[in-house]
Amino acid sequence: MASLIGSSSPVNNIISVLADPEGRPLGSQLDLPQNAGPRELQTLINTLLHNEESLPYAFYIKDEELIGHLGAHLLEKKVSVEQVLQIVYQPQAVFKIRPVSRCSATIAGHSEAVLAVAFSPDSSCLASGSGDTTVRFWDLNTQTPLFTCTGHKSWVLCISWSPDGRQLVSGSKDGVIQIWDPVGGKAIGNPLIGHKKWITALAWEPAHLQAPCRRFASSSKDGDIRIWDVVTRKCVICLSGHTLAVTSIKWGGEGLIYSSSQDCTIKVWETTQGKLVRELKGHGHWVNTLALSTEYVLRTGPYDHTGTKYTSDEEIKKAALKRYNDSKRDFPERLVSGSDDFTMFLWEPASSKHPKARMTGHQQLVNHVYFSPDGRWVASASFDKSVKLWNGHTGEFVATFRGHVGPVYQISWSADSRLLLSGSKDSTLKVWDIRNRKLREDLPGHADEVFAVDWSPDGEKVASGGRDRVLKLWMS
Amino acid sequence: MPQGDYIELHRKRHGYRPDFFERKRKKDAREVHKRSAFAQKALGIKGKMFAKKRYAEKATMKKTLAMHSERTNRHKIDQVEEGAVPAYLLDREETSRAKVLSNTIKQKRKEKAGKWEVPLPKVRPIAQDEMFRVIRSGKRKTKQWKRMVTKATFVGAGFTRKPPKYERFIRPMGLRFTKAHVTHPELKCTFNLEMIGVKKNPNGPMYTSLGVITKGTVIEQVNVSELGLVTPAGKVVWGKYAQVTNNPENDGCINAVLLV
Repeated sequence: MASLIGSSSPVNNIISVLADPEGRPLGSQLDLPQNAGPRELQTLINTLLHNEESLPYAFYIKDEELIGHLGAHLLEKKVSVEQVLQIVYQPQAVFKIRPVSRCSATIAGHSEAVLAVAFSPDSSCLASGSGDTTVRFWDLNTQTPLFTCTGHKSWVLCISWSPDGRQLVSGSKDGVIQIWDPVGGKAIGNPLIGHKKWITALAWEPAHLQAPCRRFASSSKDGDIRIWDVVTRKCVICLSGHTLAVTSIKWGGEGLIYSSSQDCTIKVWETTQGKLVRELKGHGHWVNTLALSTEYVLRTGPYDHTGTKYTSDEEIKKAALKRYNDSKRDFPERLVSGSDDFTMFLWEPASSKHPKARMTGHQQLVNHVYFSPDGRWVASASFDKSVKLWNGHTGEFVATFRGHVGPVYQISWSADSRLLLSGSKDSTLKVWDIRNRKLREDLPGHADEVFAVDWSPDGEKVASGGRDRVLKLWMS
Repeated sequence: MPQGDYIELHRKRHGYRPDFFERKRKKDAREVHKRSAFAQKALGIKGKMFAKKRYAEKATMKKTLAMHSERTNRHKIDQVEEGAVPAYLLDREETSRAKVLSNTIKQKRKEKAGKWEVPLPKVRPIAQDEMFRVIRSGKRKTKQWKRMVTKATFVGAGFTRKPPKYERFIRPMGLRFTKAHVTHPELKCTFNLEMIGVKKNPNGPMYTSLGVITKGTVIEQVNVSELGLVTPAGKVVWGKYAQVTNNPENDGCINAVLLV
């Protein structure tokens, strides 16, 4: 021991323990040399986890990412080594998405504001809904309009792709829902009528629960949630219980429907009989938006970054289930709700009706929250002109992204969870880097407010639409 | 030529002939046949004139019929409201909003040419006699080279007077302004904003450099950020031009319209 102290100090080892994002330790305590860096830790963890091929990991000490040598990091951040040092490992996406930097096309076509844009789960197609009552499909290769679907009598407020990418549903301001075929650009069947007021959100049943996507849920201003069957074109179940408008709806991977409402509650429904499972209370004002930790993987269904195409329904179901389990790992499904009372709550609705964490910090209402595709981060867009980043497991505050000069309306994650896109009233889009928590790209170009943004699941393109009636495509 | 309204008078006194209505009905019934016979027979200019008259009659008839049946008809409602907003903004209160500035390049070009599309394109020319008052100076008050501006002026914050002996133009303190009431033409609301400077006085460059503010002058406003204007690059607009719409020297305040 004396000889150790006598020799030069950098040889001192640090007693540390590796832990997963939930804080569960992996193996026993380790004696790490000070000059160990992320690369050494990565080899170590790959052997500890018995990974067949080496996977990328990022390491965090007290929510600060470890970049250089361990010793230097501890000195710089003044972390105590008196106690056992906890190093949190986070698996990274094996692919990397480049930030979008330029506008590749400005496509005119809509004669009113563009209210919703959505890429198909396999990123092959783009759809947009507009105030001119049409739904349009766009050709991504030639960047031209593909189909114009007329049928709605009022503004098309929300659109949603089925996870297998074979259908698109759209809801309009007069409460009518229409199903579209993206191949022919024609409506499938008659419009679905039932809601008395405008449609606020649409959610499909995840692909790993039912392979040819049959059911989807719609929420409306009139306070009802309806589950529809695409094949019989009928309303299967009507979930009524909210006393005020339903603002957002999510169909979870465990077969539960989560709905937020202006009556300050979040309700959890069971989907076979439509029974109310839980009621989550806590917000003091309207609940505006919901986000699920598995939302991204449920949205993209079986399609991943490799671009595999599936033919049979069985394959789709199997692939979707595999992706779902991979992304969920052994964490329960988490839910984040953003509200008009400027706060957000982190829930674990499967186990408890009490919130896991309360996330405060915004100075205006929270308009949109979104879990990163790997479930590690939560981003929130607020009318206080900022985007905030939170830890997706604990709900702790991580960073604020400032730069917008108007309310931030919508956000979207890149598939590798390394970049975040935000669209604002100030007519710009901004790309934020999660790693160094800085502005990566500023994308001006829209002539008016940006209402809808979407980052394609393959990471190649970003689409945005707004009040200036054009659809813009952005590329790296 | 009928002499007086003796028929009406007779009708008033004795009533209608017993067969009046019967005859009238028959005459009306025969009328269409008569007209048809005429239409088939009439040639040349007479035929043309008749056809034209009949066409106009039919058009008005159709219009009246449509008007009468308007209430009972079933109407298709196909009017879509303007100003679509996404679902997350539908329940929000209407906030005042200003359109983002149109193309900056265009604006720059306009600025270079010194031309704006202004609400007041023409102004009354103001003569020097009206603009300035001669101040006599010197011990015997014989020198007449000093002028006092009789209109409202803007004097920048950094302005220092010349020694009075050499000061040719006097801008009276009482007519100096630093703020103006600026109306946004689209928002239809007015803000009290500080001025940066006088961009152009249409009466001449000398008045511009003196900072004279008359009706029609283009002034530059500061701190328009409360109007919520954004440049295409997503920055808050700081300075913006406005045109004066009143006669400040008479009213004691400056009213202006923002040039969007």
